[in-house]
Formats: sequence, C-alpha cells, structure tokens
Amino acid sequence: MSSETGKILTTDGIPLEESLKQAEKKNKIKAFLLVAPLLLFLIITYMIPIGDMFSRSIDDKMVTNMLPKTYKAMENWDGKELPSEEVFEAFYLDYKILVKNKTAGKLQTQLNYEKNGFKSVLKKLARKQKKFEEGNYKEQIMKVHKRWRNVEYWRAIKRRAPSYTYSKYLKGIDMYSNEDGKIVQVSEDRRIHRILWIRTVEVAFFVTLFCFLMAYPIAHLLATLPMKYSNLLMICVLLPFWTSLLVRTASWMILLQQQGIVNDFFVWTGLVADDNRPEMMYNKTGTYVAMTQILLPFMVLPLYSVMKTISPSLMRAGKSLGATPATAFFKVYFPLTIPGIGAGCLLVFILAIGYYITPALVGGASGTLISNQIAYHMKSTLDWSFASAMGLMLLLGVLAIYWIYNKLVGVDNIKLG
Amino acid sequence: MALPKYTEPHYRIWHYFYLLVCGCVFFFLIAPLFVIFPLSFNAEEFLVFSDGMKRLDPDAFSLRWYKDMIYGTKNPWGLAARNSFIIAIFATLGSIILGTLAALGLSSRHMPYKGLIMAILISPMIVPLIISGVAIFFFIAKVGLAATHLGIILAHIILGTPFVVITVTATLSGFDHSITRAASSLGSSPYNTFMKITLPLILPGVISGGLFAFVTSFDEVVVVLFLAGLDNTTIPIQMWTGLREQLSPTILAVATCLIILSVLILLTAELLRRRSERLRGINR
Repeated sequence: MSSETGKILTTDGIPLEESLKQAEKKNKIKAFLLVAPLLLFLIITYMIPIGDMFSRSIDDKMVTNMLPKTYKAMENWDGKELPSEEVFEAFYLDYKILVKNKTAGKLQTQLNYEKNGFKSVLKKLARKQKKFEEGNYKEQIMKVHKRWRNVEYWRAIKRRAPSYTYSKYLKGIDMYSNEDGKIVQVSEDRRIHRILWIRTVEVAFFVTLFCFLMAYPIAHLLATLPMKYSNLLMICVLLPFWTSLLVRTASWMILLQQQGIVNDFFVWTGLVADDNRPEMMYNKTGTYVAMTQILLPFMVLPLYSVMKTISPSLMRAGKSLGATPATAFFKVYFPLTIPGIGAGCLLVFILAIGYYITPALVGGASGTLISNQIAYHMKSTLDWSFASAMGLMLLLGVLAIYWIYNKLVGVDNIKLG
Repeated sequence: MALPKYTEPHYRIWHYFYLLVCGCVFFFLIAPLFVIFPLSFNAEEFLVFSDGMKRLDPDAFSLRWYKDMIYGTKNPWGLAARNSFIIAIFATLGSIILGTLAALGLSSRHMPYKGLIMAILISPMIVPLIISGVAIFFFIAKVGLAATHLGIILAHIILGTPFVVITVTATLSGFDHSITRAASSLGSSPYNTFMKITLPLILPGVISGGLFAFVTSFDEVVVVLFLAGLDNTTIPIQMWTGLREQLSPTILAVATCLIILSVLILLTAELLRRRSERLRGINR
C-alpha cells in the first residue's frame, strides 16, 4: 500500500498519467483522421502537381528524346567547326523518324526557341529529305539550305542536349545563356517579359492603393452608422461581391466603350468633344477602373470588421483630452485599423497580381499582365514548361509578399470577414 | 449621422465632403450592375441606350434577347447552364463533406501541427488562381480526366474547400465542447452526437461555406478554360467566349439572370450570418 502512494490509479488499475496519455493519443489520432481525407486529397491533387510544375519547368528531355542518335554522335564533337559526317547521318536518321511520325513540328518549334530561323530550315529539310540518297548526308543536307553550313545551328542543337535546364526561368526575365554559356539579356526589341512583370506589379500596386483610398471612408461610414442604415448600405458592397466576375466585367465593357455611358456623360458635361471621345477600354485605364471596382469589396470587408470592433469612446476620449479631430484620428483611430488595412491590402494585392480575366477582356494589348502570358503559353503555344516556370516565379513573389507581411504585421493579425 | 449643433463650420464642410465621397464610392460599386438590367431589354442589337429607350418608348423594349437565350438556334446557354449547375452542386457537396470533416479535426485541441496543416488546407485560396489552374490542369490531364465533368468537379472541390474550412472553423471557435461531452456521458454514440448536437449548431457555417464554394464553382473560369472540352462548356465559359468575340445583348440577358441569382445568394448568406451570430451569442 505504501509503495503505491506516489501513483494514482484508475479503476482499471493503470496509472492515471499513462491512461491520460493514451486517451490524448487516441484523441490526436481521431482529430488527424478527420483532417486526413482533405489533406490527402489536396496533397495528391494540388501540392504534388505544383511540385510537378517545378520538374516540368526545368525539364528539357523532349529534344533529347527526339534526337537520341544525334546526341550520341555529338558526344565527341567539340563545337568549334562543323560536325562530322557521322553527326549529319545520325541527325538525318532521327529527323526522318520524326517526320514519319508527324512529330517534327515539335522539334522545329523547340529548336526555333534556341535559334531564330531554325523552323524554316527544318521545314525545308522535311520536304527534301524524302529524295535523299544513301551515303554522304553531310553534302546532301548542306545542299538543302545554306544555313546548315553555319556552325551556329549545330551548336544550338548541342545546347539542347542536357535533360535539365534553367533556360525557361532566364527567358521569363528576358535573359538567355548565349553560345559561350554566358547569361546575357535578349536584344532590346524582344524584352517583353520584364515589361509584363513590371506592369503586373504596377497594376497590382495601384489597384491596391485605389481600393484602399476608396474603401477606407466607406468602411468607416458602415462601421459608425446605426445598424439599420449600415445594413442597407452593406448590400452595395455585398451584391458586387457575390455577383459573377464576368457579369461585372461585361458591365464595364458596356460603360467604357466609345459610345458608352461614361463617354456620353463626358460629352454631355462638355469635358470632351463628341467627335473626340477618349478611348477608355482596351488600355490600362480600363484595367484600373474595372479591377478597382471588382476588388473593392475585398478591401472593404476586412476593414469593416476591424473598424466595427473599435469603440467610439476612444475617439471621444482623445477629443476630450484636447486633440483636434485630425489628431485624434491619426493618433488613435488609424493605428487601430492597421490589422484591417494589412489584411485588405494583402488580399487585394495578391488577387490583383494573379488577375487574368478582366485584363484580358478590357485591357487590350497594353493591359496584358503576367497571368495572361501564362494562360497564353498554356493554351496557345503549349509551351507548358515556360508557363510553369513563370507560374512558379509568380508564386515565389507571392510567398515573398506573405513573408514580408508576416515580418511587418504578422499573419495572426489578419482579420478576414 | 447628424452632427451636433456645436460643430464648427469647417468640420461641418469636411463632414459633408466625407459623405459625398462615400456616396460616390457606393455609386461606383453598385451602379455598373444596374446598367446591364435595362440594356438587356433593348429591342435593338446595339449595346447602347437607343433614342427610344431614352424616351421610355415601350416599342424600344423587348424580351427578344431572353427568348434568344432560351430558344435561340444553336443555343449554347441551355447546355452551359445544365453543366454549370451539375458541376457546382457536386463540387459544393464534395467541398462541404471534406471541408467540414477537416474543420472538425482542426478545431480539436489535440490536433498536431495545426498551423502547417491549416496553411496547406487553405493554400488554394491564397495561391493566385492562374497558378492553381496550371497545377490542377497537370493533375487532371495526367489522370486522364481532362474534358470530363468529373475532372472539373474535382478541380472545383480543390478551390471550394478552403472556404468551407474557414467558415466552419470560425463557427466552431465559439462552440462549447462540453455539450458534446454531456451527450457522450448520457450514452450517445459519437455519430449520434455529431448528427443531433454538433451538426445542427454548426450548420449555418457549413451552409455559408457551401454557398462560397457554390459561387466559386459557378463563377470559375480560369481553371475551367484549361480543362473544359466542347461537351462541358459552362456559363462562365460561354460568357467569356461571348465577351471576347462579340458582345451580344443575349449575354446581357444571361448576366441579368446571374445578378438575380446573386441577389438570392446574398439574401441567403445574410440570413445565415445573422442566425449564426445569434447562435454564437454575439449581441449588438
């Protein structure tokens, strides 16, 4: 009896501590089992595919697999002068199979990325190679097009030999590794992606700013008005929030067109002449206006939920202690709303930076953003590895924003809805 | 918001300026939606207010585009609406089931690695849609479900669950766990406790999360554009194609119907929110 005093036993005779541990473990497993289906589902359908995007973005096996003999023959080629007959023959044999299987188009596109003008050369070869005679392929190939005498084109093929490449990432920031393996910028007239990145960040930044400037006063009004008025006004925020994105974009397309209501109004007020109606759609103006209206509710709602919790007596206390309304606002009210500002800005900025539909419809050429480019490569050029690379660069940017935000404000301070 | 009588004039002016700014912002938010409404009854083919409409001439208005939407030749809207509803309903069900279970697990205090798991579960909401679209497309294409309803439903479950997880977790944060313990101590089985005690109490959160999931699916176009074939065209896809090619008034008729739908959803969501706040004892 005396030796047992240190331990309290349950009715089953097991020490209480152990029994509790067992129960806790059971609860842990129970909780985990509830989460497991969704967690597994998301890992399989979402997290692994994002990883897959990474392996695709550095994957370069396509050309390697299409020209197996060529690369084997090229192993001993130093790349200084034209390759030997052996390489030419291997290339001819590889290419013949591709033409026969009707997959030569892919090779043409891929090699054209590497060296401009490769496509036409290869297409010509595809037509002529049917009449080739056996032996001396070097002569025959070089006769088809004089560019085959140019060692640059062979080096371009050789550059595609490794199965992995970071060239897609370089391309995403308008760089490439040149013939000597140095990383350089592409020629000035072909630097399109950097413009797109800058424009995307610029649009996201200004849309966030406009949203903040417009949302702050109305969130304040909604939070301070008596319930029966604020509920009514809240509909003005919630109805657009629940309305289809495409419907809202369509209404902006109608409003902003040249014969549209906004222009009619400008003409009516005499701001612009009837025959000189400004173009407000298919440019950045349209993107800014439409995106600001569409994303505005996402700024209002977090701001509102934070402002709702701020007691009006704080401002009154400030004023009664002699502060002017402006001072009371900036010293008392504004600092208290910072969690809401942070949440709203983060939300709007991240939504804006990945925006795709509205810029594509009202943005025109100068309103295209990085997401449009990703979608274009996914659907039109089918350069999925480049789309993946750009997507991951965008994702990295978004994660960096989260990280900075977490350092500055703290994610725990976010209040949503 | 009446100002007290002793307010100084320049504050009074400032206050009216503030109200004016607020009025402009509310107008900016809501007015665009109302443009669609009258134009969808336009008798003509143009997307501007005709002179007849400005005079409120009855002949200038017609139901022509609504008829076209329903009976039009080679009409894509019927199929699109059916697909949209089928996909959205199944995606919502899937999201609700997976999301609610996960939220129940997450709000248990025994759950290990809560922060990390929560981050994974809500990541589809945080990652820009275009990236999710690319990733989901790779998965769906790999398992051979591209251009099938099932593929799109799976994609929309991924996008919809974070909303359910968030709303149900929020509802559970005010949940008194001693009620379920009381039920168990009175001999109720865990399943019975869940069905009779927990579920009715968290139902508002579940439904409002479900509404979010439904709207997300019903309005989703980025991922669907990657995944859909000709047979699984949805309303957003048809609107997207229509808006890109030519803006016909039929689209406005569809848009009007969608606005009416969103009004209904808004009303439901508001009622639920109030009920849930009442249940959680948040008094104003």
